[in-house]
Amino acid sequence: MAFIELKDIDAGYEKGKPILKNFHLSVEQGELVSLLGPSGCGKTTTLRTIAGFIMAEKGSVTIGGKDYTNVPPNKRNIGLVFQNYALFPHLSVFDNVAYGLRRRKVSKPEIAKRVADVLHLVSLKGFEDRLPAQLSGGQRQRVALARSIVIEPELLLLDEPLSNLDAKLRDEMRAELSRLQHQLGITMIYVTHDQIEAMSLSSRIIVMNEGLIEQSGPPEDIYEYPATPFVARFVGFDNRIDGTLTRLESKSVHVDVQGVEFISTRPSPNLSKQDEGKSVSLYFRPDDTQIGVEPGKNAFEVTIDFSNYQGNTTQYAMHLGSHALRAVVPGKPIADGTDRTVFSIPPDKVIAEKGVR
Amino acid sequence: MKNSKLLILITAMVFIFLIGPFIMIFLTSFSSDAIMRFPPKGFTMSWYAKALNIQMFRTTFWVSLQTGLLATATAMLLGVPVAYANIRFNYRGKGTLELLFSSPAIVPGMVIGFALLRFFVYVSNIPIVIGLYLGHTAILFPYTVRVVSASLRNFEGDIEQAAISLGSTPLHAFFAVVLPNIRSGLVAAFILAFITSFNNVPVSLFLTGPGVATLPIQMLSYMEYYYDPTISALSSIIIVLTVIVVQSAEKLLGISKYV
Repeated sequence: MAFIELKDIDAGYEKGKPILKNFHLSVEQGELVSLLGPSGCGKTTTLRTIAGFIMAEKGSVTIGGKDYTNVPPNKRNIGLVFQNYALFPHLSVFDNVAYGLRRRKVSKPEIAKRVADVLHLVSLKGFEDRLPAQLSGGQRQRVALARSIVIEPELLLLDEPLSNLDAKLRDEMRAELSRLQHQLGITMIYVTHDQIEAMSLSSRIIVMNEGLIEQSGPPEDIYEYPATPFVARFVGFDNRIDGTLTRLESKSVHVDVQGVEFISTRPSPNLSKQDEGKSVSLYFRPDDTQIGVEPGKNAFEVTIDFSNYQGNTTQYAMHLGSHALRAVVPGKPIADGTDRTVFSIPPDKVIAEKGVR
Repeated sequence: MKNSKLLILITAMVFIFLIGPFIMIFLTSFSSDAIMRFPPKGFTMSWYAKALNIQMFRTTFWVSLQTGLLATATAMLLGVPVAYANIRFNYRGKGTLELLFSSPAIVPGMVIGFALLRFFVYVSNIPIVIGLYLGHTAILFPYTVRVVSASLRNFEGDIEQAAISLGSTPLHAFFAVVLPNIRSGLVAAFILAFITSFNNVPVSLFLTGPGVATLPIQMLSYMEYYYDPTISALSSIIIVLTVIVVQSAEKLLGISKYV
């Protein structure tokens, strides 16, 4: 049994209108798992169900082998870090961090020691007497982090903890979180809608959509082999072309798109021989495309709607029949006087997936 | 330029309209004239001495003070949990209940006074002081709910959840984390409610009776018989006291954003 198990969970903010339906999740001890998805996908609901702020209408929550389904949030010993830090505005940094220890009736000298240790860990020594209002955003989030790990929780839940910080601080804090996770070996569940954040931090990413898990796997798998059209679009496979599956082989797939043969060396595991003759969708990233090449396999004549010079690269908006396509290619815009060009995509950069309709 | 001149003129007129009557009362309170008249003639402090020496004013001042403090305290004890429940939870009939809670602030005071008179005196036969206290509590309640709600709305629910995740029960989190952070809202609610009670005439008019009156009621009945500047002097004292209380609360806690 995994360290954290959610089984058959129905949970949501309103009774009878669950956001998570029949939801399953398991997380191993020491894992750093990201729940990735757009707002409203149920990632925060999942987090709150684990924390106990949402009581599941159905199903069970098990942590470390103990049934937590009906345990109130104050008895769960789970650390929580919020997007807006949620520090106690009327308490000093020291008192903020000591809060959980005082609730646990830890002795005064022990509190002093543990608070000092954890403030050292998050590089906030000397800030003990400041009020939250006197700290920068990054410092506040470090206090929030210290406050949640000082109680030695079984599990740390982070709800978009970096999204209120500016880009530079976000990078710093991400590195710091990574370091803390290695140092403490604590199990973390990290909610984010930021793909890069999820990629760089997690040992495993769970992509969620509409209360369901779309795909779960290591960052490389999610990025390179998205399992569903939703994940594909979410990790940047912005272009989609529909065609008909003509031949499926073990390592490649042949697709007919308006009379042009397309080869993808990355067929989805969902495809089988029975799908031959049926519709498939091809997904690829704008920056994997090439422009102005010779017609042939995997190459199309398309119409350029407009191009947008961006210095290093040029962005093209094009269309092929009813499909809008985007390409990002190095160099200046091509200027040959026409709006037609040939556009191609290497076979190993295209994912073939069952047709959407 | 023309625009700003017009603006200054309008602003000045509004100020005169608002503050003018107070200045008038203040000036007449020093007049040596035996009837209230403007402009005042001469200078004397004797009306202040008289106002402070009239036994009925002293007695009713204490009635007003006690009624105000007790009714405000009760309205706070009822209003804080109601405000909290309305901000934090969704329940059936919440909108209706909110409307009901604010009704004493919408329904004219005379109507409330009359209704309470019927209920307390004719139906329940409650002692006058108790009726007065209950009546004031009822009219103060919507004020406390509204002001406390405003300050609770500014307080993020996540902070409370953080406390709970660290081991506080919801009740402990309320006292340890929520209350200290809505302190200025509580003070604002208390002051606003107390002043409302202290100044109230329409409800008090119906609920006072033989031997029991509040200060405003006593002042009103005094004016029916005497038209000397004693009332001006007493009003000036009340105005100055009110200004001092509100100003110091504003300086200390910045309460104006909640009212």
